[in-house]
Parts: sequence; structure tokens; C-alpha cells
Amino acid sequence: GMDEEAQTAHVSWDKATLAPVDRLRSDRADSPTPGLVEGTEPGAAVQKSAMFVHAQSFEDLTAEAEKATGKEENPDESGECAEELQVLVGEKNIEEQHNRDGSPQGRTKEEDVSSETWRSHRKHVFVLSEAGKPIYTRYGTEEALSSTMGVMMALVSFVEADKNIIRSVHADGCKVVFLAKSPLVLVGVTQTCQSEKELLRELHYIYYQIVSLLTLTQLNHIFQHKQNYDLRRLLAGSEYLTDNLLHRLERDPGLLLSAVTCLPLANSARDVVSSSLQAAKAKNLVFSILLAGDRLVTLVRKKDQFLHHIDLHLVFNLVGSSSSFREGEGWTPICLPKFNTAGFFHAHISYLEPASELCLILVSTDREDFFNMSDCKQRFLERLSKRSAYQALKEALKCPSYSMEQVGIPELRHFLYKSKSSGLYTSPEFPFVYQSDEEQERLMGLYQELHSHLHYPTRPLRFYYRCGETENLLAWVTNGFELYLCFSPLSTKALAVSAVNKLLKWIRKEEDRLFILCPLTY
Amino acid sequence: MGEQLPSVPGRAQLHSDTLNRPVQTLRVKMVLLGSSGVGKSSLALRFVKNEFRSTSPTIGCAYLTRVVHLSNVSLRFEIWDTAGQEKFHSVTPLYYRGAHAVLLVYDISKRKTFVRAQLWLRELEKHYIPGSTVIWLVGNKEDLAQNRQVSVQEGERLASDRGLFFMETSALSGDQISELLLAVAHRVYECLGTQQGGLSEWEEYPFIDLHHRDTSNPFSSCCKVGP
Ligand SMILES: Nc1nc2c(ncn2[C@@H]2O[C@H](COP(=O)(O)OP(=O)(O)OP(=O)(O)O)[C@@H](O)[C@H]2O)c(=O)[nH]1
Ligand SMILES: [Mg+2]
Repeated sequence: GMDEEAQTAHVSWDKATLAPVDRLRSDRADSPTPGLVEGTEPGAAVQKSAMFVHAQSFEDLTAEAEKATGKEENPDESGECAEELQVLVGEKNIEEQHNRDGSPQGRTKEEDVSSETWRSHRKHVFVLSEAGKPIYTRYGTEEALSSTMGVMMALVSFVEADKNIIRSVHADGCKVVFLAKSPLVLVGVTQTCQSEKELLRELHYIYYQIVSLLTLTQLNHIFQHKQNYDLRRLLAGSEYLTDNLLHRLERDPGLLLSAVTCLPLANSARDVVSSSLQAAKAKNLVFSILLAGDRLVTLVRKKDQFLHHIDLHLVFNLVGSSSSFREGEGWTPICLPKFNTAGFFHAHISYLEPASELCLILVSTDREDFFNMSDCKQRFLERLSKRSAYQALKEALKCPSYSMEQVGIPELRHFLYKSKSSGLYTSPEFPFVYQSDEEQERLMGLYQELHSHLHYPTRPLRFYYRCGETENLLAWVTNGFELYLCFSPLSTKALAVSAVNKLLKWIRKEEDRLFILCPLTY
Repeated sequence: MGEQLPSVPGRAQLHSDTLNRPVQTLRVKMVLLGSSGVGKSSLALRFVKNEFRSTSPTIGCAYLTRVVHLSNVSLRFEIWDTAGQEKFHSVTPLYYRGAHAVLLVYDISKRKTFVRAQLWLRELEKHYIPGSTVIWLVGNKEDLAQNRQVSVQEGERLASDRGLFFMETSALSGDQISELLLAVAHRVYECLGTQQGGLSEWEEYPFIDLHHRDTSNPFSSCCKVGP
């Protein structure tokens, strides 16, 4: 029974042996240490075909991507590209004013940068050019901050001149972290206890966000032509994407875990959706992604082409931040920087129905592919409706998440579970004690801390348990999964350990609903 | 490949209309150009659904369709609503290439958008072949007349100097919207409809053999062919 299991588990914890989980072995996991070996953990794909890149390094990828984006197919593109850039870089007779207030999501940035409110924001993020020109600030206006940014840049160049790359400065309960990614410099300032590494990770996201709008090639080209270029001109109207991404970084476990989460859906229905997408293929189609809000329904990719979770999060951010795809069919260039910083893909983005949460994204390498993509969507819809999976999908949308009550482990308040091999994670709704935004952000902060401990560069921990006044926390990383749990402060370590076992069992039982076990390729 | 956006309501409507159903449906490519925030997407939404609501700035472009019935022909407007933001300017020529109609939109309450429209016009003139594209200068947000920065006369003058058609509209109030679309329809049909290689015919069921459609299509509400 359960008690006995708890015992076994308790004994095994300190040594972090794999015995207790052995009981979770299912017919498809016949490794000697199921669940702990990458690829057999709950949520791992049945076939050895992950959807995401996670093993390969970024450098490997970029080398490959050169081929993948069909450079050879458009030999004339470089010439054309240079011409386009000319248009962008060349001085226009009329400088278009930055039309901030024009956008419905207009930011309330008119904050006095010398005020106490401005100073007291928990986290500031600045982006500047290597010439020290302001490009982005999270709070206040870039204009008002140009001298501050100048000082930052001076600091960066001063240290760089000395052959030391400046990484961070700690002062006055403030942490300042620098990320120099030529031609941009990103600076994060935090008053929280967030680790330097976590902050750096967030700055990387912001960097990729900017690259995804312009490509690195274009950025380099612009600044080579004109060191003093005001990049805000090109980013005008897109600040909200960076704002929203920063907001997500504080709240979305996926960005922390380098993983995405799925819409809970019966295996059979998901398979129909996936195979319908798979059948609606086209020559230059690389990725077909079906989203339900911030959740993945399915992703079909070209054989040998992997999507990186960062790129997928950037797509989530783009789609989730804008209502512009609500009318008609969207068609936009998009750079997936982890795939290829040099070029644009072209994404067909549309909702399946006007008020629906279901958004289909078809990514092609060909900018002339609009009608082909539109046709793919049509064929997908036809298959879906014929096989009546659409109804099942619509039903599933009614409960896009699950509560801790459904999990049925009373002492456990909340958790994050990531299957490493699939790059997917699952997490329940926030329970009642974490209803307010502040409480949710606080909990996410705690998870971040745990994450830091488990990923500490020099001395990573595999297991971590901490009792606190408001909650007890446990984190455990194996070769197969990462697990973060939050318990009531009255709970004990023994209870926690037994809860982990129950939870892993529950996830194994539910895995075909919570994860994508059969990812497909065209 | 031919494009297809078969729509159940559109089709149903055409069928129920069999008596006065026109003989032919011709495809018209119409592109909306202009600075960010002048109201291109709002105009497009008026054309297609006769609705007004605040939307985000367009990313890349949006494609929408709307069928307009004239007395002896139907025109299927395929509308490319482009993004005005500068970072998308490099891709915009992709969208206006081969357009039969271009709406060059500015905001009557923002002079710089009027100046910007003239730059677009210069760009357009590099690409278009006279007689193959109908260009309309559209002064939108006419409801903001109290903050007007561009007079009606200025708009008219620019249009007549450059051989454009001109109209002021308000996507917000709906003023002059259907008038504009009808005027464009008549003009395009007049100029290009009878011309050899002017407008191509739209086939309702381009893929009838491949795609057998079921009448209980759950996606009927997502179709875009307008009234
Ligand atoms: N008063 C008034 N406001 C309008 C009118 N048309 C649009 N707007 C508003 O102007 C703002 C911008 O409208 P959009 O239709 O998004 O502008 P757009 O030209 O598509 O902008 P981009 O997609 O960025 O190129 C929105 O807040 C609209 O509500 C109008 O006729 N009158
Ligand atoms: Mg728009």
C-alpha cells in the first residue's frame, strides 16, 4: 500500500537511488531504472523522436540552419536583401515619429525616471546599442534615460578595454547584470534575490526577442552602416512584445524550465489532430503548430528540423500579445533566432474560428507561399471536421488545466514537472492560497530559486528540500525529469517524499493526456 | 497554385441567390498601404464585416476577402491589409505587386501620415504599370475633423495631380465606407474588367475533386467571404 511505498521512498531519498520509481514502470518503460533514464520518464515520447532541440548546441544548429532555410533556392536573395536594407538604413526625408499612443496597447511609460516609483521597480531591463544609444527600457522613456544608458555603456567599454567582459555589479541591495551580444548590450537591474544566472537567462530571451523581429544579419548590417543608428525607429510599435515577454518571464514556468506545456487532450483525439496536420503538408512547410492559448495542442515538423523551445516561446509571445491575427489570415516574416539568426521564415497565422482559442501557425521557408499555406490550413480543417476530432478538441478547451484536487495529494499544493526528453512540462492551476498575482509571482520566484540551485554552474544539486514559514519546497532532478514541488509549511519531509511517488504515479497514469507522446513529422 | 478560401456562408448565400446570381465572379487584389495607426485594419474590418473595434497594430499583413455584387458581375476582393510599422517596409512590395487596386490611407488628423502617403506613392509609381492599378487616396478618421491637419482640398489636389481617386472616410462611424468599396469596385471593373488579362475569374470549387466538402462544416463561421 501507500504507507509502505512512502517508507521505501524515504529510505532511498538521501542516496537518491532509483528504487521507488521502479514501481512506476509501465509496459513501455523497460529500462532498469525507468523514469530516471532520459526517454523513459513520464511524458517522454514513445518513439525516439523529440519535437524540440535540446541536446544539440546552438552553434551546431546555426551551422545547419544555413542549409535549412533554403539559401541556395533563392540565389538572388542576397542582392535583394541588400536593397531592402538600403531602404531601411537610408535616411528618410521624413522621420516617422514613434507612434506609441497610437497602439491600443500603448504603454504608460510617461513615468518620471528620477522618481521614487521608477527606482523602486523590482526589475529594470535596458537595451542599448554599442554606441550607447538607448533602444529599450522597461519603465520610463528611452529619451529620459539616455544619460543613464550612456553611463552603462561607458562602464561596459571600460571593462572590455581591460579585456575583462563585465558580467555583474552588486551594490546597495541591487544586482546589475550585463549581457554584451554584439551589436546590442543588455542590462538587467534587480532588487530581488534572483540569481545572476537567472537574470542573464532573461536577458538572453530579450535579446532573442529583438533578433526575432529583425534578424541578426539585419541588425549587424544596420550598425555597420551607421553606428549611431536609432534602432527604436525599427522597433517602434513592438515594445509591447518585449514588455509582455518580461511579464511572462515572471509568470510562465515554461520559460523557466525551457519547456512548453500542452492542452490536456485524449490521446486518440490528439493523434487525429496531429495526423491531420501531418497530411496537410507542402513543399516548403517546416513547422505546423496548433496552439490553444499558451498551450500546445500539437506540433508537426519537417523531418530533421527541430524547433527550439525559445523560438516556440517567442511565437507564443507574438501570437498571445497581439489581436492582429484575429481578423483574416496573418502572413508575416519571422526570424526564429535559435534556428537561424540570419534569415526570416514566413508564418501563416490564423485562428480556426473568430472567437476560438485555437490558433494555427504554419511556418514556411518561402515568402511567396501564402496561398499554399492557406490551402494547407483548409485541408487540415477538412480532415479534422471529417474525423470529428474538432468536437473533442472543443470539449478539451473547456478544461485547459487541472486542479490539485484532481491530482488528489492533499499535502501537495502545487508542482512543476518537466519531462526532459520531450521538452514538455505539466503543472496544475494555482491553488487557492496562491490566488493573487503577487502570491503567484512569489511562488514562481521560489521555483526560480530552486531552479538556480539545481542548475548552479559549478556545483549543481540533484535534490533540494527546504522548509519555510509559508511553504516547504522540494526539487529533484534526474536524467529523465525535473520536479519542483510546493507543500504546506506543516508538511514533513517524509510526507513530501511519499507525495513525490504518488505524483509520479499520477503523472504516469495521465501522461497520454498531458503530454504529446507521438510527435509526428511530415 | 490557385488559392482557395471556399466559404460555406458565402456559398450558401450565392446559392440562395440563384435567381439573380451573376454570371461571373472576378478576383480583385486590393492592397491597403499607409503609416501605422491610420486605420487600415479598421477599414478592412468595415469592408469585410462592417464592424469597428480596436485592434493591435498589424504584424506582417492580414488577408481578408469580401464579395461585392455589381449589376452584371461579382467581384471577389482579396484584401491585403499591410503593416504600417517601419520594420515591415522591406516586405511590403511583396504585397502590392500585381494589385488591381491600392488604397493609400492617411489620417486627416496627422499631417505626417499624409506626407508618408506621398512617399508610398513614389514607391508605388516605381512598380506599377499605368492603367493596370487603380489607386485611391483615402483620408481616414474624418470623424476627427476638429483636429484636422490635412484639408479636404489638399487631399483632392494631390489626388488630381497624380491621377488618383480620392475619398475621406471614417472607419469609426462607418461613414463613406460602403461608398468607397463600391466606387473602387465600379472603377476597377470599368478599367480592368473587360481588358484582356485584366481580372481573372474566381472558381468557386477549385479543388472539388480533391476536397469533398461536407455541409455540416463546423468551421463555417470562420469563413471570410462577406455578404
Ligand atoms: N477616430 C477614429 N479612430 C480610428 C479610425 N479608424 C481607426 N481608428 C483607430 O486608430 C487606431 C489604429 O487603427 P488600425 O486600424 O489598427 O491602424 P492600421 O493602419 O491598421 O495600423 P498598422 O496595422 O500598425 O499599420 C485604432 O486605435 C483605431 O481604433 C477612424 O476612422 N476614426
Ligand atoms: Mg493594421
